[in-house]
Amino acid sequence: MEVKDTLSSSQVKDLLKNNVIVTSFDTMVRWARSNSLWPLSSGLACCAIEMMAAGASRFDLARFGYEVFRPSPRQADIIIVAGTLTWKMAPAIKRLYEQMPEPKWVIAMGGCACTGGPFRDSYAVVQGVDKILPVDVYIPGCPPRPDALIDGLLQLKAKIQNPEIAKENGNGK
Amino acid sequence: MRTQTYELNMGPQHPSTHGVLRVLLELDGETVVKAQPVVGYLHRGIEKICEAKSYPQMLPYADRLDYLHSMGNALGLCQAVEKLMGTEIPERAEYIRVIMAELSRIASHQIFLGSLVGECGALTGFVFAIRDRERILDLFDMVCGARMTFHYIRIGGVVQDLPEGWVEACHKFLDDFEGMMHTYRRLLVGNEILQARLKGIAILTPERALAMSASGGVLRASGVNYDVRKADPYGIYDRFDFDIPLGTVGDSWDRMLVRLGEMEQAARIVRQALNELPEGPVMAKVPKLIKPPAGAVYHHVENSKGDLGYYLVSDGSAKPYRLHVRRPAFINLQLLDELCRGYLLADVVPVLGTLDPVLGEVDC
Amino acid sequence: MANNLFAVLDQQQLESLSDAEAQLEGEGTVACLIVPGSRLVEVMKLLQGNQALAADYLADVTAVDRGDSGFEVVYQLFSLANNARGTVKTLVARDNPKVPTVTSIWPGADWMEREVFDLMGVEFTGHPCLKRILLNEDFVGHPLRKDFRMQPPE
Repeated sequence: MEVKDTLSSSQVKDLLKNNVIVTSFDTMVRWARSNSLWPLSSGLACCAIEMMAAGASRFDLARFGYEVFRPSPRQADIIIVAGTLTWKMAPAIKRLYEQMPEPKWVIAMGGCACTGGPFRDSYAVVQGVDKILPVDVYIPGCPPRPDALIDGLLQLKAKIQNPEIAKENGNGK
Repeated sequence: MRTQTYELNMGPQHPSTHGVLRVLLELDGETVVKAQPVVGYLHRGIEKICEAKSYPQMLPYADRLDYLHSMGNALGLCQAVEKLMGTEIPERAEYIRVIMAELSRIASHQIFLGSLVGECGALTGFVFAIRDRERILDLFDMVCGARMTFHYIRIGGVVQDLPEGWVEACHKFLDDFEGMMHTYRRLLVGNEILQARLKGIAILTPERALAMSASGGVLRASGVNYDVRKADPYGIYDRFDFDIPLGTVGDSWDRMLVRLGEMEQAARIVRQALNELPEGPVMAKVPKLIKPPAGAVYHHVENSKGDLGYYLVSDGSAKPYRLHVRRPAFINLQLLDELCRGYLLADVVPVLGTLDPVLGEVDC
Repeated sequence: MANNLFAVLDQQQLESLSDAEAQLEGEGTVACLIVPGSRLVEVMKLLQGNQALAADYLADVTAVDRGDSGFEVVYQLFSLANNARGTVKTLVARDNPKVPTVTSIWPGADWMEREVFDLMGVEFTGHPCLKRILLNEDFVGHPLRKDFRMQPPE
């Protein structure tokens, strides 16, 4: 009986094609980071409720890997500023952002975080969180549906995996 | 042995403060000596903004006060303006308003329940409550396209009629709701751990609750029978048959049970309203430019947080001269300090949960 | 509908309590008693303590900026026992906006008065802790006053 203990070259080719990928270290790291973003639970106002709904069972952020909301900024990757930012709260948000370790990203969720929203004229409201933090993704809406939040997170994922998209197109679309 | 108290800062970013609330805790070991809330981190200046808007433009801001019970806020403000103008609302609109306000109340209490038990450690309870709340949000989505801040109840009625199939969908939800309440009662009310965490904690006497102008579930858990829907009925609430759940001891446990009871009573009201829903228009004839005559009115409604009041002053022009919102969550939060004293650090979070603050309303 | 809290008082009693000289713009749709600041605490104590009135619940304290006439401080009272409602107003001058506190009668007025102080600048003499509550400690001005301009968007 003949025992085949060596593989033919075509079998080797198939095995390699199906089981080995050749890539850059950067791509691998970006893939890992973008599929496991840990958000900081920084809900401020009404948008925070939609953020909670996105994390719950119907919209389920867990299928993307983003359900691990961390209370501590030391363990978080992204800060989702969900809701109106007031001048009284601004130093706290700035400090939270500074306490987050690199790499970190910022998502402005909702009209108030993008530009001040319906409260833009107010004496107490910061007109958009980008006045104090560098924002990566803007999610408009009042409040944006959990589906919109998921879309924003997927935009961020695309941005992390391929940072050149944001630089080329400006708006990231 | 000489000991010393220390100060611990809780918030404004915190997973259990129901928003951007800061509590300055002074602790002696694990026992709370003082728990001073610091509010204002979400003060958006809604009262000042409304002075620069026209009357219809004020309504979206009402939604964003207590964003969990948006329909109730808008109902109160619209009725205040209608009182000033002397407008009569069509019957169908009145019934639809009641249905929406009560469904919104159930949704708000579901978040209350979910957060409370989640903060005591039962995270699964949170997920159950949010999942069930999605059914109500679907009903709202069908009727006006929004899940949370609706701008549906307008001055003169509601903006559009119920779509086809909505009444059946609502009946179906109410049938399933009985099963949901059964689940909550089985999982939570019989739960020994939850009872140990909440029973006998933070007792509020009825005299103190009244003196501190508490309202809503906090006041009724202490045994005081004050519900604006019965004491000073507005709209058509006097046509419905419902009970007011009252507590006996006034501890955190009673505050939770009272809200559970209120959910069932709200479902009762919705059922009656659906059965009696008449045909007809849903919006009264209101002028295009709303200019109420000069005067002042105070109108209050029973929101899920308590006695929500609007003091509206008109000077005869198209913009309100002054709008003041009497916010139950703000006034109830005063009680946090005295309720937490003498209890453990771990009790602060459930007590805060039973006071049910929503920071959008606390800070206005 | 709730009853009128002051219906139980006769005309003479009403006149002795209220300040007929204070003229306010506009009519109210709310039954309202206008009281001078110097008699405020006395009248409030009477409204709470009197068996027939029994205004045991202070629903709200707020203020309205009436321009040169001053500030109008408005109190909403409710009587659970009689199921009755009423409003009490007092007018203070713009250059010296001081009103006595009612926290000795209803402790729940604590934060309500602090909010009025914060946003309108009316001082409540005798208040246990009159500090800003919604705005930052170092905020300058009182936003709800009519002469406070909201910041234009940048």
